[in-house]
Amino acid sequence: MQTVKMVVTGPFSSGKTEFIQTVSEIDVVATERKISSEAERIKETTTVAMDFGRITVDDNLVLYLFGTPGQKRFDFMWEILSEGMLGFIVMVDSTRPETFREARSILETFRAYAPTPYVVAANKQDMDDAWSVDDMRIALRLDPKIKLLPCVALEKEEVKKVLLELLYSILAEMEAGTF
Amino acid sequence: MALKGNLRDFSINQLLNLINLAQKTGTLIVEGPNDSAWVSFRDGKLAYSKMGAEDDALVAVLHRANKLTRAQYNTIKTRATHMSDKELGLLLINANYISQEDILSSLRTEFVGILHRIFTWVEGLFNFEDESPPPDGKITLQIGLENIIMDGSRRLREWEQLQDEIPSLDIALSFTDRPGADLRNVNLSVEEWRVVSYINPKNTLRQIANTTKMNDLEIRKIVYGLLQAGLVEMVRPVGVVVPQKPVLPTANTEEQKSLVNRLITRIRSL
Repeated sequence: MQTVKMVVTGPFSSGKTEFIQTVSEIDVVATERKISSEAERIKETTTVAMDFGRITVDDNLVLYLFGTPGQKRFDFMWEILSEGMLGFIVMVDSTRPETFREARSILETFRAYAPTPYVVAANKQDMDDAWSVDDMRIALRLDPKIKLLPCVALEKEEVKKVLLELLYSILAEMEAGTF
Repeated sequence: MALKGNLRDFSINQLLNLINLAQKTGTLIVEGPNDSAWVSFRDGKLAYSKMGAEDDALVAVLHRANKLTRAQYNTIKTRATHMSDKELGLLLINANYISQEDILSSLRTEFVGILHRIFTWVEGLFNFEDESPPPDGKITLQIGLENIIMDGSRRLREWEQLQDEIPSLDIALSFTDRPGADLRNVNLSVEEWRVVSYINPKNTLRQIANTTKMNDLEIRKIVYGLLQAGLVEMVRPVGVVVPQKPVLPTANTEEQKSLVNRLITRIRSL
């Protein structure tokens, strides 16, 4: 059996667990704990080790999706999770501009771990107070070459689109011989 | 009674607050990650400070403050070897070399500058010795701590923000090829130009900081500005071994493409 791996990362509460849950064929193996810090208590639980989802491609190939913990004190897990990844997705909560700087920092960190293709998903685009993708590109200082995709992590079609765009980028790099 | 601890548990800001509110007299010795500082207080006011092995002689302080030329500094340094700072200060004032105000303002800048530097230390040990005086012969001042604490807190917040933005100095910079990003159209300070002249994927920020004699805060501030302006981007330094490569079940390029195409087909069908 061949296996490949993609990593879903991003700041705390950006929607990584939901993203994986939406497309995983198994119940996501989530390692969530109740949040202890008041400052981060905008949801009840957070991922402390990793989320783990699976998509079986065929009899010989399985895609694993790993979600990283978003809280900074668990960032020692990031390097472990990024090992051998085919590519990564940076989730950003479009309604929380205060997390954009951290998202940028996480992106840079993962780029340093592995020179693999990546895309940025602007999550929660269905919310009234979501920033537009164009404004987010400026705020996140993303190069025009980097794909910044509108997304609602609870919508399967939108999650599929993000995954496909990442795979297209991987394929393009393979075609160009830069992968 | 000695007040000892770790900066992780009790920050410089908290220490200065304590010294200020309790109007303490004594000397605080801080062993930071790369240096140590000695700071004396009298009745809760800053009296004297010294950073590690830096020359704290009055003549050196005046030279750093551009109150003395290099030639004057060398001459005084050679001839006044056995003089205390107080004696030297009086001599310089009486000889009309320098005014009393110049001496006091130079010392104030030096002492406060040292406190500003240690504000960003978050790791290290401190030891406050009650009633321990500054070294003999040193000119001491009486500088209120309130403004220093407020200014230091602002610097600390700025430092934390810069650290989030630029978590490591072991990365390099390259110029962006974004349309419209042209350095010739940007007004840069002398310090910024010094950094810009070394921007190259071969040079880490740490190397640039060492070469341009900037501390961590100074180099981060300049790089942050260049990043915000979209003129540069962070890259992995050339020559650094890439830590990890993607792991694919096959090394054959055509098979790899086929594998990705199978993934694409599967995702589409979800």
